[in-house]
Amino acid sequence: MPILEGKGVTKYFGGLAAVSNLDFNVERGEALGLIGPNGAGKTTLFNLISAALVPKSGIIRFKGENITGLKPYKICRMGVARTFQTVKVFPDMPVLNNVVLGSYFGTSTNMSSADAAREAAETLEFVGLSGVKATPAKDLTLANQKRLEVARALATDPELLLLDEIMAGLNPAEVGQAMELVTRIREKGITIIMIEHVMKAIMNVCERIMVLHHGAKIAEGTPQEITTSKKVVEVYLGEKAHAGS
Amino acid sequence: MDIVRVISKRSFVLGLPLLILILLATSPLYAPPYTVILLTSIFMYIIITVSWTMFSGPTGYISLASAAFFGVGIYTSAILGKALPLPLVICMGGLVSFCLALLVGALTLRLRGIYFVMFTFGLVELLLHFILWWEVNITGTTGRVVPTVSNTTVYYLMLIIFVILMLTTYLIKRSKYGLALQSVGQEEDAAAHTGVNVTMVKVMTFAVSAFFMGAAGAIMATRWTYIDPRIAFNPLISFLPVLMAIFGGMGQLYGPVIGAAIFTYLEEFLITRFPYYYMLIFGIIMVVAILYLPNGLVGVIQKLWKRISERKHADT
Repeated sequence: MPILEGKGVTKYFGGLAAVSNLDFNVERGEALGLIGPNGAGKTTLFNLISAALVPKSGIIRFKGENITGLKPYKICRMGVARTFQTVKVFPDMPVLNNVVLGSYFGTSTNMSSADAAREAAETLEFVGLSGVKATPAKDLTLANQKRLEVARALATDPELLLLDEIMAGLNPAEVGQAMELVTRIREKGITIIMIEHVMKAIMNVCERIMVLHHGAKIAEGTPQEITTSKKVVEVYLGEKAHAGS
Repeated sequence: MDIVRVISKRSFVLGLPLLILILLATSPLYAPPYTVILLTSIFMYIIITVSWTMFSGPTGYISLASAAFFGVGIYTSAILGKALPLPLVICMGGLVSFCLALLVGALTLRLRGIYFVMFTFGLVELLLHFILWWEVNITGTTGRVVPTVSNTTVYYLMLIIFVILMLTTYLIKRSKYGLALQSVGQEEDAAAHTGVNVTMVKVMTFAVSAFFMGAAGAIMATRWTYIDPRIAFNPLISFLPVLMAIFGGMGQLYGPVIGAAIFTYLEEFLITRFPYYYMLIFGIIMVVAILYLPNGLVGVIQKLWKRISERKHADT
């Protein structure tokens, strides 16, 4: 049984189909890359899975259970965590409290304050932010704010993690660190879906890639299959990428 | 050395409020009646301001419904005053406000920014006119007489509600719900996706803050002896707590307390000394405070405290 499954998922904005009649499967433990041109519906799909948006039709199942129409906090408590394309940290809270919130309200509720603080500190250690525990989140660099979002999501103890462009706007060194972090998260056994425009990262981290265009799936397969797919090259990668890498 | 400082700071933080509380609790024994009455109004404003800050401070949802919850408390007291003993009347005043806030909160807390502000203020006017209409068309009388109690009793009741409110605020602030409230104010979507039941946290806190406003209203009704809808639902009660909280500073628990206390005393002082110019002077003080004290009185106190402790360091 796939950990996440979508059947005929559809969402309109006005008359425009942002996601149309989309079927998808995510297997437990895999890392799925989600790529496509701007406006292809990638973030909308994340919003539908995490219930920031409600689909017009279709069904989304998590671990076999229908989660369409549930509230975002319920979905988080079931074990689906996410980060945001435009960073949404709690700006005036210290870094540690940003993460403590995740420990308190994530999949395991009824956590004592000592346990939550300990778990949050461990998570910060894991993503490499323990040096800035007491800093207000708004004072971090973009790369560190994105790390903090990952830490906050991890603190909820998820089984499925949705990463929305955590490498956009980072310099090459930071991209390398972020890739390493994603790999370590996978090693914990957490299933990952990641949206990314940094192709190098997607190719290295994900064993399967799904390509969206105008809200529909136009290709799906291993990185090898995707880079050689004529259609994907036409709408997204372009000739150069095909020839170059 | 450090340990001594920690202990002395802790005993200061615990001891000072306790000392003030003992002074306040015994004041009716030796203070003139006027002081007790003045302290009662100061407590009334402190209760409304602290309850307002409990919800609007961390969440950033500016509620102008304080007058509605306060007024509901007043009317509950007027209606039940003859039938029930006073402590029960006060609880009922709080409970009716609590339930109203649950209902209103569930309906309106999905509104953000200015829409929420307008709706909450509309609630005050709605209740005012609904009760006016009710009294004119159904009961045929306007206004009600409330059974009175002694000034000292009113004072002690206010003091008790104040202490319960401060304990509640302190516990909420320290608990995980306090953290959740802050997260809602700073990035509501992220809070929801981090497992916080945003609606529940907002509505419950809104209702708890309304409980205390209602209780304060129920007590104050007994001092005013006669009430009508225009007295009970006075829009000023919606705006004053906002000003008092800003004046005191919302960063710390004691901010709204000293804000409301000094504000109320200042108003009383100016009214008695400068009956013709008091509004003018008051306005100037407010403008200056907002311009030059961005963090309210709390900001000033923290700055002074820092300066004093730095000087101590320099001496040793």
